[in-house]
Amino acid sequence: MRNWLVRDLAGIAVISAVLVGISYFLGWIPIPGMAYYNRVIVTIGINIILAVSLNIINGHAGQFSMGHAGFMAVGAYTSAYLTYFHFQPFLATLAEGPGRFALQQALFLGALLAGGAAAGIAGWVVGLPSLRLRGDYLAIVTLGFGEIIRVLILNIDKIGGARGLSGVPAFANFFWVYFFVCIVIIVSWRLVRSQVGRAFLAVREDEIAAEAMGVNTTHYKVQAFVIGSFFAGIAGGLLGHYLVYLNPGMFQFTKSFEAIVMVVLGGMGSISGSVLAAVILTVALEGLRFVKEAFGLTSDPRMVIYAIVLILLMRLRPQGLLGNRELGDFFRRRKGGDR
Amino acid sequence: MDSFLQNLINGIGIGSIYALIALGYTMVYGILKLINFAHSDVFMVGAFMGYYGARIFSKLMHGSEVVEPGWPLFTLVLLFSVACCGLLGYLNERIAYRPLRNAPRIASLITAIGLSFLLEYGGQMVFGPDPKFFPQLLEKHQLQFLGTSITSHTVIVLVVALIFMGILQYIVYGTKFGRAMRAVSHNFETAALMGIPTDRVISITFVIGSMLAAVGGVLYGLSYSKIEPLMGIMLGLKAFVAAVLGGIGNVPGAVIGGLVIGIVESFAGASPLSTYKDAIAFVILILILLFRPSGIFGKYQAEKV
Amino acid sequence: MKIDRIIPAVIAASSILLFGCPPKETTGAGGAPAADEIAIGHLASMTGGQATFGQQTDQGIKLALEEINAKGGVKGRKVRVITEDTQSKQEEAANAASKLISRDNVTAILGEIASSNSLAAGPIAQLAKIPMISPGSTNPAVTEKGDYIFRICFIDPYQGEALANYVANTMKLKRAAILRDVRSDYSMGLSDYFKNTFEKLGGKIVVDSSYSQGDSDFKSQLTTIKGAKPEVIFVPGYYTEIGQIAVQARDLGITVPLVGGDGWESPKLIEIGGKSLEGSFYSNHYHVDDPSPAVRDFVVAYQKKYGTTPDAMAALGYDSMKFLAAAMERAPSLDGPALRDEIAKSAGFQGVTGTITLGPDRNPLNKKLVVLEIKDGKLVLRATVDPAADAAAVTAPVETATAVATETAATK
Repeated sequence: MRNWLVRDLAGIAVISAVLVGISYFLGWIPIPGMAYYNRVIVTIGINIILAVSLNIINGHAGQFSMGHAGFMAVGAYTSAYLTYFHFQPFLATLAEGPGRFALQQALFLGALLAGGAAAGIAGWVVGLPSLRLRGDYLAIVTLGFGEIIRVLILNIDKIGGARGLSGVPAFANFFWVYFFVCIVIIVSWRLVRSQVGRAFLAVREDEIAAEAMGVNTTHYKVQAFVIGSFFAGIAGGLLGHYLVYLNPGMFQFTKSFEAIVMVVLGGMGSISGSVLAAVILTVALEGLRFVKEAFGLTSDPRMVIYAIVLILLMRLRPQGLLGNRELGDFFRRRKGGDR
Repeated sequence: MDSFLQNLINGIGIGSIYALIALGYTMVYGILKLINFAHSDVFMVGAFMGYYGARIFSKLMHGSEVVEPGWPLFTLVLLFSVACCGLLGYLNERIAYRPLRNAPRIASLITAIGLSFLLEYGGQMVFGPDPKFFPQLLEKHQLQFLGTSITSHTVIVLVVALIFMGILQYIVYGTKFGRAMRAVSHNFETAALMGIPTDRVISITFVIGSMLAAVGGVLYGLSYSKIEPLMGIMLGLKAFVAAVLGGIGNVPGAVIGGLVIGIVESFAGASPLSTYKDAIAFVILILILLFRPSGIFGKYQAEKV
Repeated sequence: MKIDRIIPAVIAASSILLFGCPPKETTGAGGAPAADEIAIGHLASMTGGQATFGQQTDQGIKLALEEINAKGGVKGRKVRVITEDTQSKQEEAANAASKLISRDNVTAILGEIASSNSLAAGPIAQLAKIPMISPGSTNPAVTEKGDYIFRICFIDPYQGEALANYVANTMKLKRAAILRDVRSDYSMGLSDYFKNTFEKLGGKIVVDSSYSQGDSDFKSQLTTIKGAKPEVIFVPGYYTEIGQIAVQARDLGITVPLVGGDGWESPKLIEIGGKSLEGSFYSNHYHVDDPSPAVRDFVVAYQKKYGTTPDAMAALGYDSMKFLAAAMERAPSLDGPALRDEIAKSAGFQGVTGTITLGPDRNPLNKKLVVLEIKDGKLVLRATVDPAADAAAVTAPVETATAVATETAATK
């Protein structure tokens, strides 16, 4: 095995152990409203996965996708279908105990990966038209695909159709969400530093020049879509199993916009920027709830504030918080030139 | 046969509204290459201005907020809404988009999304989040026509929409300003070098587009009665699809695109596939973009290296 | 290579920071209740397409709450209701339920009215072992989601059968069209139950079409329905769409009456539909002109407090609060499981909408149903179905609905 792979796997093992530790720690801390903070933390994690995975498509490969919510929906429904109709009834037949607990975790992981794979396939299908289209047209086609996926799910009665799927098993938790946060960050990081990442960069900067230099642009564009969609599917699976409820209405294109805003706010192509933006936006939206209560308003002004901040940010810092640099670059001494 | 004609008429009714919104998208995209997501929310504001305008003018005319149907009132309300939205369109461009003229295009797009959120959720705060019901500005009459039933409203929607499209067509192709608009759309820098006041042209384009959206808003309120702050989202998206379908930047194309989408949706809604109705616009969009990326009336432009 | 270690560290640090130094504001007014208060959550559609459902139940609940607290509260403690808006959307209902449970630590939840929203919220309450009582969700699946979920209204098999009976036997109509809302479990279920009974009674469903909540254009579906020439159109949706459907149906020259269920109940219905709804009718939980003393007292108190007449949702909200308070008073402790057991034992509770005795499936037995017709912009009582009035009907309300359907007002 290659050296870096060994190191990453070891890293993942250590991180998992730490996460398990934190989960237990979080479990018995007697702060009133702990469940609420836990909820916010998990939401942040899911948003990080969304933002970092969209960053692979929009930031690194420079393809403007507005259909991320659709891929998320595919992953969410695929994994929920497996756990709701197959794994949950099967687990219910087993006796309670550590064996069942371990099996449940393994099956959940399997369901998430299956959801991710299904979303990846959807990404492949959507990625194909991107061979022909660029810029805004690609954006609007991906948006269209996202909506088509949603309408299709709306019409599958088995998984609740337009009425939603209620009672999805509550398998997702702090551990699983942050486990995948780490995976998506590591994969994304390795990808950028690899030959694939260089190709993404070439496609982003100048597609025609890249093609002329012998980069198979089609191949890399589709690859970016597949990887990004895979993780969007994972995020969807985690969301469904955390909220214990799914509805096609949760995956309207406004959800895609939210992910895009995170990526752009953090800086296109910056992994840590996406993470940072996901954390800031989620906390800010949650924190702004007090405004409504403080002023006794009948409707929530937080989306209005959010919109104004968004417009101002684009005016003051159109390249996003970190530009295309990473958080680490700001701490490290600048070595000749940018990046 | 009856229901075929009836569906056609229903489709033209909603299609005219799509067309009015699509015109705003197509003009702005033609000039700035910007998908102005906030445009559909200007349409929503137009509908609400009509709603409040009707009350204000009723109060002024009869001293009560109860709306008495009539042409003078309808005209006043329409003009009021058009004026408000024209101003809103101007402010949008002036405050949000103009400072970004030289920024990366993605910044303008995100600003458009931000502006759209601002109008939607700002609308929820100002107008209230509940659906409102548009007053009957005009007396409704039933017309029987070859076994179909049409209300006078449908006819009015179609006629008013056609009148405004005609005016727009004249402005774009028959006036000096229209020539400036087409020049800016063709090549921004060159137009500026030729002494065309590009900023003013862009501003006026936004104003005209927003005014048409306002007309659409009032007509929508008149024929479907329910208005709410988030109603622009789906309608706007379909109108944008209509603009792409007709060939973006092309005025008659947007109108035809809007009517086509409206009619196809109407037939889909009457078929057993009615629950797939919302996806049909997008399926058409994808097929068009894959096989004829420049739309029905658009001209093909090869990419320059 | 440092970065892949820095980033997880930053995440871990930020999550610990976040949890260590919680932003005070977020707990704010909705934070943990004072020790001497009992917090009850109310899941309500205060905004959106079913806004009057939430607004009316909330007013009903607040009226009951005032009366309860004026008498010293429950177990000597004041009761406080925290209303969380579901925006008439399923996904928001799930969110709101989580918030009530995790942030506000509520003892029990009242709500939702729309079945789909209750179905979304139910499993969350079940998981947290917080009892949930729905005032008005009539879809049978709601209480099947778990043993912590209760309701105090009748269910749709009963309602669908009563309506089918009324259409087929009382009105003597044989050709019905169905227009259902695919976004609503309530509408889908009720359509099926209506269809079953109606066909059994010799009726024919000439066309079965659908729309989606939030739509504004129903002309395509109505054109198809018009072509099938029904004698009546069964539209078991919610009031916002019903009003529009009625207007568009008349525009298309359809003159037959529309029939629906309790989802029509709203002060807004006639405001939206206007003259187009004349002659249409629907089933409901109670009628405001009911002469019984329980209803009279409630209507008077409600009018005194709010200045408007209460609709069925307000009555159900009022009943649900009183019903919950009675169970809380009896329960040995207010823990989820203890309270659940006590609610399940509820029997013979005298409410505005009738006597509530819960069966083993956590649904009330033998609730009364009324059929109302819209006439001159007013609701007129046309029929009452009251299984409790029939001695033989005590155990099986669904089967007996047919037998007892009586036309009270012979004015037709």
